[in-house]
Formats: sequence, C-alpha cells, structure tokens
Amino acid sequence: MNAADAALERVTRVPGVRGSLLISGTDGLVVAERLMDGIDGRAIAALAANLVRRLDRATSRAGMRAPTFVHLHGNSGSVLAAPGREDLVLVALVGVDANLGLARVEMLDAVGHLA
Amino acid sequence: MSDDIRALTTRLAEEPNSLAFLELGEALRRRGQLDSAYKVARGGLSRYPALADAHDLMARILGDQGDLAGAFDAWAEALRFDPMRIGALKGIAFLYFRAGDVPAALEHLRRAADIDPDDISIAQAIERVRGAEAPSPSAESASSPEAEVPVTVLSSAAPAGRAAPASANGHGENGVLLVDGKGLRLNGSLRGPNNEDVGDRVAAELAGVSKEASRTTKLLGLGGWSAIAVEAPDGNLFLVAPTPDTLLLTVRESSLPMARLGLIAERAAKDARDWLGRQK
Repeated sequence: MNAADAALERVTRVPGVRGSLLISGTDGLVVAERLMDGIDGRAIAALAANLVRRLDRATSRAGMRAPTFVHLHGNSGSVLAAPGREDLVLVALVGVDANLGLARVEMLDAVGHLA
Repeated sequence: MSDDIRALTTRLAEEPNSLAFLELGEALRRRGQLDSAYKVARGGLSRYPALADAHDLMARILGDQGDLAGAFDAWAEALRFDPMRIGALKGIAFLYFRAGDVPAALEHLRRAADIDPDDISIAQAIERVRGAEAPSPSAESASSPEAEVPVTVLSSAAPAGRAAPASANGHGENGVLLVDGKGLRLNGSLRGPNNEDVGDRVAAELAGVSKEASRTTKLLGLGGWSAIAVEAPDGNLFLVAPTPDTLLLTVRESSLPMARLGLIAERAAKDARDWLGRQK
C-alpha cells in the first residue's frame, strides 16, 4: 500500500465517512480515491478544489497564510479538505453522523505524512 | 480542614443525594481547593444533571482552573436549564468579552439586566464593556464585568492593548465582516498584518466563496450549506450566511477552538440580522 492509499484508508475508517480522495489542488483532478458506490469522485474533486482555491485567495487577501483545514457544513453532510504539500489536497465526504473531530485529526495527520 | 467544610462533608456523606454538594463545592472553590471542588461538583452533576446550580458551580470551578472553554460550556448548560440564571449570563458575557466579541458580551449582560434591573454590578459591567476597548490588568481586577467571575479568569485576562484575542496578523477586536451577495462590504472591518484595512479585498473574494459553497453542497446532494470553518496558521475563519443575500466572516486567533468560534459567529450572525432589519 502506497502513502496515498494509506492516507485514504485511515480517513475512510472513521465512522460516518462516505469516502475520501486525494486531489490536485490546482486543477481538481483525482490522484487517488476511496469512495462508496454511487459517489462521483471527479465532481467532488473539482468542487472541493475550487472551494479551497477560493478560500486560499480570501485568506491571502487578508494577509494570512493558506488554510490548513476546511470544513464545509452542508445540511445533510459535510465536505472536509486538508491541503498538504505539493499541491495535494486530502478531501473527505462525510455524513451528518460522522465523527468530525476524529476525521479532522486523521486527515491532518495523514496529509502530513504525504510527500 | 475548616469547620464549615468539615460540616458540609459530613452532611454530604450522610445524605449523598442532598444538595449539600453545592455549598461544599463552592466552599472548596473559594479556598482554592479546586481538584476537590471539581470532584464534588462532578459527583453532584452525576446525580443532578439537569440542575442549573450544579452547572453554574462547575463553570466557576473550571474557570478557576483556567479551562475557559469548559466554563463556557458549563454556563451554557446552566442557561439551557435556567435561561434566567444571572450568574451564567454574566459569566458567559465575560468570556465573550475576553474573546473580543463585545456585542455578544453586551447582549448577555443586557439579558441579565432585564432579569434583575436593580443589580448595580450589571449596569457597571455594561458601562465597562462598552468603554473598554483595551482593558488593562489592573482595571480588570478592580472592576470586572462580573463579580462572580473566577479570580484566575480575571487575573489571566489579556494585557493592555489586547482586549480581543489579537493575533499575529493584527485582527483582534475587529474581525467581523458582513458582505452582500456581490462581494461588497456592508459592515464590519478586517485588518491585515500591518494594520491595513483589508475588508474590501476580502469581501470581494467572499462572494465567490458563497457561490462555490452553494454549488458544492447542491451538486453533492448535501442540501444547502450552513457554515464554512477554515483553519489557517494565522487565524481561524468562520463563514455563515445571516440571510440568503449576505455572508458574515468572523476571524479570530487560531488558538480559539473552532467550536467556540462557531458560537461567536452564530451570535454575530444574529446581530447582523438585527442590524439588517433596522436598515430596512
């Protein structure tokens, strides 16, 4: 198992996580994914990358460094994103019943171990 | 062991289901025996989980122990069971004040004043919070917004010039920005690292963020979006939409737990809705 798969494995083990992906932050392409059936990884990747880029610009405008973790709260679930090194972003799609605290910790740790 | 504590301990041992734990816990807290006070309060809470007095006691003990987040939660619980509990309102007001959220602090103090208009200490606290943009340690210990706030909470208050959780990039007291759907600032301010006003530039970016968030949650079948929490090395950001056409950004230092920031943002969103209502 390579580092990317190991990262995805850690995140998807968290209760309530429907899937996770490693994406390219610049173009929103999927690098690796581990998703439940019926979930379109390409859509998540593109949307999450756009959102993270927007937030990156907003923090930059505020004179702040780039985000390290993003949590988009939806009414019936959330998108979590942890930007890492070399333009990689670890993304997770989680349900309303997910253990968000654990998912966050696992994602931050996992993305820190990626090259 | 003093006589009063000995007597209360004996009474609690004889009647473990009594409310003697409230007096004993408070007596221990006042004597600085915080670990013992905590154990007594925790035991009482296990028997009376819906008792506002017990949560209030726990909040004061946690505050003395320096666990301000825990104190906040405990006072919030006290208010859940007794919305008119003045001690909890004043305690939360002080914690909001310390976090730099003056509007929320004032709102809680005003609620307390509505409940007990004759309490002079509340009126004094309101005046002080209104005028205190940069409280000094001496001022805080001399006239705190809340006489019952734990001593250690007061003594650990921010030094002069840092009434709000001023972060390295200078956000501090400002740090709330209300933006319309076109990316124009409606209210609030945001300062950059060199104290320059970055509000308009950030506002311009936020309109795009709101649209992107809506698109993302809709296309992923998550319904609408309710909030965006962003962690960054220089501070935490929390975005909510007070109305369908506006976006509110709250920025605080990164040491403030995100869940607390979310509470502050919700309160700010309520203020924003009130403010927007008054503009119409």
